[in-house]
Amino acid sequence: MNYLEFLILVLPEAVLTMTALIVIGLGAKSGRGGANPFSSGFLTAIGAAGIVAAGLVLALLPAEASLGGMLVLDPLTRLFKWVILAMSLLTLALVPGWAPPAHRGEYLGLILFATVGLSLVISSEDLLMIFLALELASLSLYILAGYNCDDSYSAEAAMKYFLFGSISAAFLLFGMSLVYGYTGSTHLAEIGAALADLPTEPIFALGVVMMLAGLGFKVVAVPFHLWAPDAYQGAPAPSAALIASGSKVAGFFILAKILLLSFADWDGSADWGGFATGWVPFLALLAALSMVFGNLSALAQTSVRRLLAYSAVAHGGYILLGLLSGGTVGIAAVLFYITLYGMTAIGAFGVVALVEQRRGGDSVAHFAGLAKEAPFTAGCFLVFLISLAGIPPLAGFFGKFFLFTSALGGSAAGDPSGLVWLVSLGLGMNVLSLYYYLRVLKQVFARPPAESTGHATGTPPLLGCMLATTAGAIIFLGCFPNLLLKPIEAALRVVG
Amino acid sequence: MITALILIPLAAALCVALAPSGWEKRLGGLALAGSLAALAWSGILWIGFDAASAAPQFVEARSWIPAVGGEYILQMDGISLLLVLLTGLVVPFSLAAALRSGWQDRISLAMILVLQSLLYGCFTAGNFLLWFLFWELTLIPAYLLIKLRGGPEETTAAMRFMVMTLVGGVAMLAAFLGLYAAAGTFDFLRLAELGRSGELTAAVGATLSTNWLSPETAAALVFGGVLLGLAVKVPMWPLHIWLPDAYEKAPTAVSMLLTGILSKMGIYGFLRILVPVFPDQLERFLTPLLWLAVATIVLAALAALAQRDLKRMVAYSSISHLGYCLLGLFAAAGTVTAASGHSAALSGVLLQTFNHGITAAALFCFVGFLENRSGGVRTIDAFGGLRSAAPVFCGLMGVALFASLGLPGLNGFVGEFLIFKGVFSLAPAAASVAVLGLLGAALLAMKVMLRVFHGPLPPESKPFPDLTAGEKLTVLPAVALMVLIGIFPQPVLTVFNAAVVQLAGYFGS
Amino acid sequence: MIAWTFILAFAGAAALLVLPKARESASRWIALAAGGGGLLIAIQHCLLYSKNTDTFQSVTNWEWIPALGIRFHIGADGISLVMLLLTGLIAVTGVLFSWNVVKNPRLFFALFLTIIGACHGVFLSLDVFLLFFFYELVIVPKFFLILLWGSTNREYGAMKLTLYSVAASALIFLGLMAAHVASGTGSFGLFELAAADYTRGFQLWAFPVLFLGFAVLAGIWPLHTWAPTGHVAAPTAASMLLAGVVMKLGSYGALRVAMPLFPEGLAAWSGVIAVLAGAGVIFGALAAFAQRDLKFVIGYSSIAHMGFVLLGLATLNHIGLSGAVMQMFSHGLIAGLLFAVVGRMIYERTRTRDLDELGGFRLRHALPAATGVFIVATAASIGLPGFSGFVAELSILIGAWRAFPFYVLLGGIGIVLTAAFSLRALNRAFLAEEEQTDRPPLPPLTRPEVIGAGILVTATVLAGIQPQPLLELIGRGLDGPLFEAVLQIREVRP
Repeated sequence: MNYLEFLILVLPEAVLTMTALIVIGLGAKSGRGGANPFSSGFLTAIGAAGIVAAGLVLALLPAEASLGGMLVLDPLTRLFKWVILAMSLLTLALVPGWAPPAHRGEYLGLILFATVGLSLVISSEDLLMIFLALELASLSLYILAGYNCDDSYSAEAAMKYFLFGSISAAFLLFGMSLVYGYTGSTHLAEIGAALADLPTEPIFALGVVMMLAGLGFKVVAVPFHLWAPDAYQGAPAPSAALIASGSKVAGFFILAKILLLSFADWDGSADWGGFATGWVPFLALLAALSMVFGNLSALAQTSVRRLLAYSAVAHGGYILLGLLSGGTVGIAAVLFYITLYGMTAIGAFGVVALVEQRRGGDSVAHFAGLAKEAPFTAGCFLVFLISLAGIPPLAGFFGKFFLFTSALGGSAAGDPSGLVWLVSLGLGMNVLSLYYYLRVLKQVFARPPAESTGHATGTPPLLGCMLATTAGAIIFLGCFPNLLLKPIEAALRVVG
Repeated sequence: MITALILIPLAAALCVALAPSGWEKRLGGLALAGSLAALAWSGILWIGFDAASAAPQFVEARSWIPAVGGEYILQMDGISLLLVLLTGLVVPFSLAAALRSGWQDRISLAMILVLQSLLYGCFTAGNFLLWFLFWELTLIPAYLLIKLRGGPEETTAAMRFMVMTLVGGVAMLAAFLGLYAAAGTFDFLRLAELGRSGELTAAVGATLSTNWLSPETAAALVFGGVLLGLAVKVPMWPLHIWLPDAYEKAPTAVSMLLTGILSKMGIYGFLRILVPVFPDQLERFLTPLLWLAVATIVLAALAALAQRDLKRMVAYSSISHLGYCLLGLFAAAGTVTAASGHSAALSGVLLQTFNHGITAAALFCFVGFLENRSGGVRTIDAFGGLRSAAPVFCGLMGVALFASLGLPGLNGFVGEFLIFKGVFSLAPAAASVAVLGLLGAALLAMKVMLRVFHGPLPPESKPFPDLTAGEKLTVLPAVALMVLIGIFPQPVLTVFNAAVVQLAGYFGS
Repeated sequence: MIAWTFILAFAGAAALLVLPKARESASRWIALAAGGGGLLIAIQHCLLYSKNTDTFQSVTNWEWIPALGIRFHIGADGISLVMLLLTGLIAVTGVLFSWNVVKNPRLFFALFLTIIGACHGVFLSLDVFLLFFFYELVIVPKFFLILLWGSTNREYGAMKLTLYSVAASALIFLGLMAAHVASGTGSFGLFELAAADYTRGFQLWAFPVLFLGFAVLAGIWPLHTWAPTGHVAAPTAASMLLAGVVMKLGSYGALRVAMPLFPEGLAAWSGVIAVLAGAGVIFGALAAFAQRDLKFVIGYSSIAHMGFVLLGLATLNHIGLSGAVMQMFSHGLIAGLLFAVVGRMIYERTRTRDLDELGGFRLRHALPAATGVFIVATAASIGLPGFSGFVAELSILIGAWRAFPFYVLLGGIGIVLTAAFSLRALNRAFLAEEEQTDRPPLPPLTRPEVIGAGILVTATVLAGIQPQPLLELIGRGLDGPLFEAVLQIREVRP
């Protein structure tokens, strides 16, 4: 191991960091003189160029490399780094229109830093590194959430996010230390190997549960979800989009990795009437609670942002189902679903941002008549929500199908696993979810606009591009899921 | 051959319905011509018909819906021919009556022609599905004719007619589907063979019985379904309740069709299906059936006496007369052997069917003439002393009334005589009670003649012109037939003799 | 290639979405072309269907999502072809009866064609995932068709219909996944799944889940209440399509997927299905009797008719099953015709569907052609011979005699009740002779309406007088390997 190797491995992150520094610098310069030499569009373009450059650099790196397990590069991490970069790139499309007006450069820089953090989360296989990377990302996101300091909602969002996040970080760290103390390693694969020879003891179980609780915060699982509705509601739109997409993707990715590499032998069972100790019953409980509470709470929401937050909770529950099966099929389902979920969430927040800007609020009633004023945006919104509801030909349909099938399949072929109860619960809740999505869509399409205030109509071009990309991808992946599924499977096969 | 017979009125109906709009005046003539053309065609068939043979003739058999046992079989034996001829006579008769009351509506005229075509199909079909197709389809024109021409006060009569007939139809269909499920065929001849040999009962029992449905009950259910369908149509007491209203509310021409031929569909069904296919069950339920027929005869005759409306009166008397047909049928189906009783009764039934078709239609026609002149009033009290005002009308209607009560020398006598001759030897008790019906019929005819033809003129009566030339032309053929058949019944008897002998042979031994 | 049926429909929908607003009036022609093309392809395949080769013909079998063993596998047997024919007919006539749609016709026809294409897809799919994909595709367009162009109580109707559909789909979803997992074949192919061995215990719960999921869309009692509400709220073309074709998706799925997959479960549950089917026939007819709104009368009559379909399915013998398919076809045409008369010909002219108010219009004089069409449709709906419904109900009842004679009685009562409520509606709405009120004369039927009604009337009469070609197609389908196990159930029973 030498610095050159290290530099090569973190080259994409380095590019991102450089870009962030440039953007901050340029932004700061513009603020000092009274004049405004760089428009936020220009800054955003630089940020976007940085992300694209990072993506290209990533493509040039060797196929497989490892830095003592601290940093790993294999097909799977490469793929998901790209996914993270794509999420950031899509989020950037919201920045010129909807980021807080002050200190654009710093805002962009924070987004890029968060991206660096998330990207490192993807590539680490060591508990310590995982924690550091997560915290890097989280700190950036805390600030992003509260960036709009004039807005009390934004401040509340940041405060809650931060407090819950810190506590969960503490949980995570404590859990990690217990696991380390028990197995004597921080490396994921070594933990797994050590566990094979060790009897399980309550102290270890406590460590695992605490780790899962900490990660449960990242993936917004009930009962660690309380921050989410407020954060989603109060944060500026780009921040909320990133929290809902990139952060969640990274959270699920690392959760899956830990479970797969470290605790694969200590899974237990959540079968109906066949509970056995392990992380599976714990996750099953989280999944069930998330699906039920997420969907039921979403039913009662009038704010679309909060509705999206609760739906995110519910989707967290569905995705956990995929993890429960424990096999690579389940992992593939999880990875597929979070990717498209992230895209959907960004797109949906884009639409919400537009409505807020024009109508001054995000309650369901504010969406009335959107189809008349901005038919394209309304059409894309339809695609997002219907995909979230899991209806073909959209990717959400196949994603859910895959998740539920893998959960039902379990690890062994033959009879469906005992998770039928959980899958049935998920399906039932999914039906319920359609109701609140349709309630919003009914406003969008069937109701006349509240009053014509002479504001602009149509879809802004940049937002239009972003929406077209995400909606197109969702439709395309819905019809040809193999395009994403095949790389994921291939990568998983290489990883083993 | 027979297909052409069915198609002729249908083509005429199409011409009438699609005739260019300046032809309103000529539509009636067109319809009448189409109907008469069909009559002429059936006359040709009669000439070509070999009366000595009991086998079906002019057979046309083609594959139709083999998947459910439907075959396109049209054929004609004596019984079919008789009813085909009757149809050919009654339809033009009623069309002429309709024209006399001023119909110009193309839909109604076309409906009558469609009805004629369907009736031909019904009387010649040799496969249940095909037969049922024609049988049920007659409901549409009949219903529409009652409903559309029935006027504003028509509210439920058409509906009741339709629903009750449909209940019967569905029951029959269900029963036949059971037969098909058991025997695998809808062919009448084949079913009759199976029925005679007793295989049918066995097959029905074997296929349809379950642990709570004994084989006998299953067979009885099937029989009951078919019986219900036919009995509603005839109608047999107590399933007649749709009839008086429907006949009363329907316009004259439609009442003529209803009583003249549609009721004969039921009788035909009994002869073609029930008697040949279900000999075992008929025998099993013979006594109640006989008494139901007697009740039909007697109660309907009494009810007719109690009516004030002339049309209802004729309607009830029509039920009573059809009761004789049922009585003859059921009596002939018993196994009590009594020389020629079976064939006498069956001959009587067929002759009565034919005669009643003409006589009852004529009576309705006469009532229609009365109604035209009185402006819609039909109560018996509204008329009186017509003999002096309209001697021709009274003379001709008198013939029809006498024919209806069975006066020797007129057509009604021969049929009823044959029926009673047969039934007395087969079921003496029932026959004795049924004689009461004859008495009732006589009383009714007397009542009409006394009150309408003679009697005092009602206070504010309108002038009553005698029959016009057109009206005479309408009824004269019918009256002539009554007299002719009364004197020379032989040509009619010859038509169906072979068929009757064969049918009677099933029971006579 | 038979896939052109749905490709055409989807291409038509896509073309409509990008059609410039100035060219809006062309949208109905595009829709007509896409629907008519599908119909022609269906007719062509019906004519070319060979008696001597495999049951499934015009097969396309491509890899789609290998990770889950999902294939793009389509093909048509006789049953599919009959249903395709129905879809094509309803597509063409639905467009004709929507000729006058003025509110955003592009979107209207795009949604309409999407449903049509999805229905084609369901009827052709030989991979259960593909089938489910198309099956679910219907949900959103129908929601919007009702929501945006509907009439009475449309928001409620749309929401109820959609939620019922999705809830039912969830059951299907569960059943299909369970079958996939339990088969151990790693495939979603219909044949592979049908050939797999499932334990009896598994079939006993998986079958009702799967069957019920499909049956809800077919309007099984007591989960049928969405259908009248939804169909009444829908615009004419959508009512025609929903009652005419989409309800058939449910019964088709039950026949094509649920029954062949789990014959043992089917054997155990067929009695229950028969009970529910019989109840549907009776209660559907009784409910129709109690309605004042003419469209509700028709809505409930669909329940009664679909009850017959389910009864046919429950008989488990060849003739009963073929009757069920025939009834699907027949009811599709008749429901389409009835909804067309009521929704388009009558309601759009009188703005009322109340039986008594309609009586005041003296429709038989004001709109004689519409009255005539309604009479034909009523006769067909009653199941009079000579119309398509007759042979269907006949076959079902023959099958029922063999399986459970008692239900013949229920079926018979159902037919009579159907006749009664149909005649009641006919009498009160069309043939009533009320005092002449001075209402403005109603506009006469337009040419598209006449052509559309002509097509449907011709189809139902043709199928009634000469059903043999259709029955042969259906029979060939039922002779296929998929239904072997199903047809054996009753035969091996003592």
